[in-house]
Amino acid sequence: MTQTTKTDFQWRRKHLIGLRELSRKEIEFILDTARGFEEFSTRSIKKAPALRGKVVVNMFFEDSTRTRNSFTLAASRLSADVIEFTKTSSSVNKGETLIDTARNLEAMGVDIVVIRHGAGGAAHLLSRSIKACVINAGDGFHEHPTQALLDAYTIRQIKGTLEGLKIGIVGDIAHSRVARSNIHALTKLGAEVILVGPPTLMPAQVQNLPVQVSYSLDAVIDKLDVINMLRIQFERLGGNLFPTVREYSHFYGLTVERLKKAKPDILVMHPGPLNRGLEIESEVADGPNSVILRQVSNGLAIRMAVLFLVNQAAVLEAKDSLP
Amino acid sequence: MKVLLNETQINEILDALSQDIISDLGTDNNLVIIGIRSRGEILAQRLQNRLSERLGKEIPRGTLDITLYRDDIHDPQKAVSSQVRTTEIPFDIHQTTILLVDDVLHTGRSVRAAMDALTDLGRPKAIRLAVLIDRGIRELPIRADYIGFRAEVSPQERVRVLLKETDQIEQVIVE
Repeated sequence: MTQTTKTDFQWRRKHLIGLRELSRKEIEFILDTARGFEEFSTRSIKKAPALRGKVVVNMFFEDSTRTRNSFTLAASRLSADVIEFTKTSSSVNKGETLIDTARNLEAMGVDIVVIRHGAGGAAHLLSRSIKACVINAGDGFHEHPTQALLDAYTIRQIKGTLEGLKIGIVGDIAHSRVARSNIHALTKLGAEVILVGPPTLMPAQVQNLPVQVSYSLDAVIDKLDVINMLRIQFERLGGNLFPTVREYSHFYGLTVERLKKAKPDILVMHPGPLNRGLEIESEVADGPNSVILRQVSNGLAIRMAVLFLVNQAAVLEAKDSLP
Repeated sequence: MKVLLNETQINEILDALSQDIISDLGTDNNLVIIGIRSRGEILAQRLQNRLSERLGKEIPRGTLDITLYRDDIHDPQKAVSSQVRTTEIPFDIHQTTILLVDDVLHTGRSVRAAMDALTDLGRPKAIRLAVLIDRGIRELPIRADYIGFRAEVSPQERVRVLLKETDQIEQVIVE
């Protein structure tokens, strides 16, 4: 095989903390890399040796089903050894700090740390404290980069491009790290983002974001190519940000009736888990416009790509430090 | 830089390779062609055209990306910016005779990676290797079944296959 550099672009980031700091080229590179992992699910042997001998630790300080299992499976499919860390069964309950926990895990030879934490900035703090690669799997209200990447990947996979698409993000924007990461990714890839929700669930500095805002879903739904319904995060809602669940659902829930006003080929997305009957009706979530399960499938390819790329960046960093 | 082969010679070699392959495998109804990205993919397409035309039937063709199977993937000394690209094999390789195609056979490591990748996709009846150039200096016990041209080059020299589709020029050069 002729040894040539196949691309003029080099991925050099050892950590994936957020999408705000990524360029369009970097985001597209992750999506393009994920394409190479898409067909793994169809193979007879769903494994490749790309991370053989590497150790990945899933440090989840918050509950998670999809993201955690997706990272576990992604690491396993790349032949890495995976350590599952949970707050409830760890020394964190004895008072150990986040950094001490991570350093102790690193002392066992961990190469990549995947972290989910309730505090925004936790992944960034960790990346400055340990030598291992750090991947943010969601930190407070800050970012959830791999969720936004899989959303962008799913849209691109079906629509061909994001350039010029109108994408609505509906619901609790203020408390949503998914929304933040999506805004960064989608706008950088050329989409127009419209945030939809009650004023109480809009971020304080929304005017500083490169988005449009609508307080009425009915006023914009017919313009949208994609609608991303966010979960109402009861665990994060501090005060009475809307009068009743029923009222919220009436104005902002995606119902069969409301969907009739949309374009026939609109993509319905949701990061999960669903509050069925609240932000989305079951008939819509399970209907022909829904790509919710495809998002989950694509999440695996995206996470394989991210694990592979951060590890490659660590190899290149080691190369740079060679005498 | 020295030009080893020009466009005419490359075409003549591919014609001769096709003839050899037909002599051996022409009657095999389970023959498929798989090219190793990226130049092996192009050469596989050219061989497919020749074989399909001469045999009067379409020979299935696929493309294999071996990035994830390279044995130097974690080696800082060897680290290059290699992009994972798609493997596109739109058929089941189980019980097929695979004609694996690459541009240059050198250490044998790329072919080893390709065979590992293929065995993760299924269990072919056989794998045969066709290369445009064999430059020798093997590091693994691997040999090609069909060789277009044997190049006598020193270990310090590099053989590069340049094809119109990727390089806008059709040449094999030694640097």
